[in-house]
Amino acid sequence: MRPTSLNCVYELALKDERVVFIGSDLGPGLLEDFKTNLPDRYFMEGVAEQHIVGMAAGLALEGFIPYVNTIATFLTRRCFEQNVLDLGLHNTNVRLISNGGGTVYAPLGPTHLAIDDIAIMRTIPNMTIVSPADADEMRRFMMQTLDHEGPIYIRLGKGYDPIVTTDDIPFAIGKGIPMKEGKDILIVTTGICLGIALEAAEILLEKKIDASVLHLHTIKPLDKEMLINMAEKVPAIISLEEHNIIGGLGSACAEILIEENFNEKKSFKRIGIPDVFPSGYGNQKDMMARNGISAPHVVSETLELLKNH
Amino acid sequence: MSYPIFNTPELDERSMYLRSLVLRGLIGGGRGHIGSSLSLIEIIRVLYDDFLNFDSQQPLWEERDRFILSKGHGCLAHYALLADKGFIDPVTLDSFCHNDGILGGHPERGEVPGIEASTGALGHGLSIGVGIAMAQRIKNKDTKTVVVTGDGEINEGSVWEAAMCAGNHTLENLIVMIDYNKIQSYGFTKEVADLEPLKDKWDSFGFGVKEVDGHNVDSLKDTLASLPNSKGKPSAIICHTIKGKGFTFAENKPEWHHKSSLKDEDIEEMKKCLTINS
Repeated sequence: MRPTSLNCVYELALKDERVVFIGSDLGPGLLEDFKTNLPDRYFMEGVAEQHIVGMAAGLALEGFIPYVNTIATFLTRRCFEQNVLDLGLHNTNVRLISNGGGTVYAPLGPTHLAIDDIAIMRTIPNMTIVSPADADEMRRFMMQTLDHEGPIYIRLGKGYDPIVTTDDIPFAIGKGIPMKEGKDILIVTTGICLGIALEAAEILLEKKIDASVLHLHTIKPLDKEMLINMAEKVPAIISLEEHNIIGGLGSACAEILIEENFNEKKSFKRIGIPDVFPSGYGNQKDMMARNGISAPHVVSETLELLKNH
Repeated sequence: MSYPIFNTPELDERSMYLRSLVLRGLIGGGRGHIGSSLSLIEIIRVLYDDFLNFDSQQPLWEERDRFILSKGHGCLAHYALLADKGFIDPVTLDSFCHNDGILGGHPERGEVPGIEASTGALGHGLSIGVGIAMAQRIKNKDTKTVVVTGDGEINEGSVWEAAMCAGNHTLENLIVMIDYNKIQSYGFTKEVADLEPLKDKWDSFGFGVKEVDGHNVDSLKDTLASLPNSKGKPSAIICHTIKGKGFTFAENKPEWHHKSSLKDEDIEEMKKCLTINS
């Protein structure tokens, strides 16, 4: 997903001279073609996230569209005030591309786990947050980032993730994608958890439970209408995300669902990282599973929820 | 380390007039950053009178020089010049900090014509200025970007991140002016977080540096006229100023950094300093 995203930036830069790339001390040779062919618009800066976000805002105020890339934790926490004021308040057309959204950097420990990035960025007015499910969807999305008004936070999941999306439904920022429609439970998800949600839906079908799966690649603005429409048709809803259960997709859905006067009572469960710093290292998949982000756990929680109905 | 000593001339009629506009804002809002605005007056005056290219009737004119007041709390000084130059009507100063006013306690882009960036949180303006200067360079424009920072402000690490970047990119079209009034919110910079040796700091970050009397209009003019300070480098101008300059009772007094509620007698004292009889 990451190479796709960055290659798209170069592709966009070739066709639109407003596009600028700013990296923060990334790996050697990154986007070498960009650097060679468009040197005026390629910046590899130091380890200075506060500055590069402010600098990106300055470029954007002058009509450029800067794509800023570094590790998710540093791009959200370290420069939060710049994200709020220089990007949000000024409503600048800056795109933040965050490496390692979620538990991608599990082997590197808690300093590198971006499990609060959605929560942090969601509080910023004017900020759009997009978390594509795979490389194909990333490409469809990136092609739409030129003409979008205001800042975008782009969450990169793990590279080499399986392709689970299709282009049957055109990608539109802010529009959810109903991947599967069922009558028993709705699984709402984002990012690479879509694959897990679809796997869980398959297992549930074997148990005669017909699940809907809603992919909300855009967490802000959330497709409220689609969420409510799909929630209306089922007795129970589960949110599934590679993020702390506080403040992320589950919280965003809960905020909407709690204010909706459904005709019948709904059960709701958030699945994500509990409110802890996840322990251990290992790989991303294992860390997610240890924290309940797995198809078997979605299945067991579904069975538990449906006991009430 | 001692500070340079200057033989500062008396403030002239224009400087007093601009201070009267600041006072108009203070009366309008009943509050404001007093000392922080008064140390800035001559710096911003000379920029607008003698250096910056602008068109007050087209604030976003493409060929304008860009000016960012990074120490946004000194905005009353900037508002005074914007009123003087016709960006805003002077009557606007009467609604400083009002519910329905456009002039806030910190300046906002989009609200006030002539404001390039919404500042107030310290340590943002220089990075934005670096981005603007880079944009102008990419476009091959011959425009300048001027950022005025406070002295307390440059305690922020982000300022030095930006300085490192500006030096590294040899942004000759970028000018930083430091309003070095030597007082931050709590007290004297020397005691809170000493900035010295300040000239050496900017120099070591790749800037051409000059020091100037920040209340001497002719010195400021000459310094700006001879930019860049060093060919191929961004310029830093350390402006030695006096906090509260012109309101004699408030000069060099940390307690006049900001007042959230001005008393009638405070206003009377200020008027006396400006010899305004209204």
